Amino acid sequence: MLQARRLSIGYGARKVAVDIDLAVERGEVLCLLGPNGAGKTTLFKTMLGLVPALGGEVLLQDRPLAVLTRAEIARAIAYVPQAQVMEFAYTVLDLVLMGRTAHLGPFAAPGRIDHERAEAALSDLGILDLAHADANRTSGGQRQLCLVARALAQDAPLLVMDEPTASLDLGNRLLVLERVRALREKGYGIVFSTHDPDQARELATRVAVIAHGRLAAYGGPDETLTAETLSDVYGVPVRLERTESGRRVVVSARTNDNAGSD
Amino acid sequence: MAKQAETHRRSAVVLTVLTIVLLAAVLLATVLGPYPASVGEVMGAIVRRLSGTTAAMPLDTILFEIRLPRVLAALLVGAALATAGASYQTLFRNPLVSPDILGVSAGAGFGAVLGILLGLPVLAIQALGFAGGLATVLVVYALARALRSQNEVLVLVLAGIVVGALAGAGISLVKVLADPFNQLPAITFWLLGSLAGIKAGDVRVVLPLVIAGLVPLALLRWRIGVLSLGDDEAKALGVNVRLVRGVVIAAATLITATAVSVSGVIGWIGLVVPHMARLLVGSRYDRVLPASALMGGAFLVLIDTIARTAARIEIPLGLLTAILGAPVFVWLLARGRRLWS
Repeated sequence: MLQARRLSIGYGARKVAVDIDLAVERGEVLCLLGPNGAGKTTLFKTMLGLVPALGGEVLLQDRPLAVLTRAEIARAIAYVPQAQVMEFAYTVLDLVLMGRTAHLGPFAAPGRIDHERAEAALSDLGILDLAHADANRTSGGQRQLCLVARALAQDAPLLVMDEPTASLDLGNRLLVLERVRALREKGYGIVFSTHDPDQARELATRVAVIAHGRLAAYGGPDETLTAETLSDVYGVPVRLERTESGRRVVVSARTNDNAGSD
Repeated sequence: MAKQAETHRRSAVVLTVLTIVLLAAVLLATVLGPYPASVGEVMGAIVRRLSGTTAAMPLDTILFEIRLPRVLAALLVGAALATAGASYQTLFRNPLVSPDILGVSAGAGFGAVLGILLGLPVLAIQALGFAGGLATVLVVYALARALRSQNEVLVLVLAGIVVGALAGAGISLVKVLADPFNQLPAITFWLLGSLAGIKAGDVRVVLPLVIAGLVPLALLRWRIGVLSLGDDEAKALGVNVRLVRGVVIAAATLITATAVSVSGVIGWIGLVVPHMARLLVGSRYDRVLPASALMGGAFLVLIDTIARTAARIEIPLGLLTAILGAPVFVWLLARGRRLWS
């Protein structure tokens, strides 16, 4: 559905990464990993058409992004940025209604159908009771869910989430991840970036690792999230350990002596 | 959802009340003045006028040649400055922005004082002010486009500061060159804002220009509100950011330049009134826009009534709006941190 072909990303003359080939379909979760500054956000913005590609192309349903209007792109891809405090005090419902913009005529404001869609999205995520709260006064996790609700109200089959769990506490992180998993099961295609390989292993059907100015690994979670790749990409020796439930988690390979202390 | 209908109803009620307040302010301003008239007499004169009965009564002359044009001009200028302020605050995602952020007031001021220096007739001074305001913003916009930055909004604001400062320097130069007995008082008075010289003909020019600016803002109200989320988010939500931003800048510049060219520089309204509007109807631009227009109109009508009736001389409007606006703004800051954080 969304595809990058020999894509070069960066700003102006500065290339951040080159030769990126990846794709995501409905019902898939593509997880993007990479060290700080490797170009995860730049890749996101390029795949959303917010930053021009420096080479190669991005295809949305086999059509290059460059020929599509903003509204056409918005009806296919919804962007979930990291939740921030806003300059103006919008209610949660007002924010979610903004997700309907691409479906409105140029001179229209949201009507009854748009309100119904917005409320359905809030209800899907279990935050309908927050509809009339000041979004800036909700918790970080609620604000993040509010932005996911906005993306759902956008009625786009593809969701692109920029580190949806960054800066969230444990409870909120688990809450957001649980909703992401539910959305995948509903058939949404999801692209999300994270700093946590374990999170990627848990949710992703496909993983793309950006490092050293290129796509360092791309494929299923088990073939990409190996100790060798992760050690190389992050520059820190790591190994994988199996927990009692059989899940594999990443631990530092340097701190053997810590193993008994916690 | 019941709560939703309630919010809708609440903003409808607020807008209705504001409309009534505006009409009451207009009526009050029409009644008051050096030649006092009762509400009944004013109504009688308006009925006479509308029915076409020409009566050479002094009240009719005063009302239709002097007082009513001035009240209508105050309404239009107040509404213009407040809506331009509300639009720029939304566009620049900054509640501390006022309509002259892109240098329109400084540019219009430079044009007008240049006209005064050259001894031009009033109409030419106004035209020069209008042209100066438009030209300044055009230069700012072209400069920002030429600099091609990732952060287009920041570059716009910085270009506005630079060009505005240049225009301000131009104003200072004109003041130095002006005749200190004739021209300098006129320049100073103009820079402080006044509607003392308004004629019926001015309203006929200002009205269509202000409407021409307000219509695109009203039509694009929803998309302009989405711009307040920032360029990237607005684009991802399907807004043609560059187009909508261009329309907002053009429309807000048109109405500000129009207002400044007939009234001189009147500060504070564009900054304070949108805040008061947000207090009443919330932050949604599609609600803030009409509320700001009504409140800005009523506010300046009342202020101008004070300006012409409170003392034996005309009090400059900029002085009154500053005296009233500064404490109101402090009060808003104290009680309304939640407005923007």
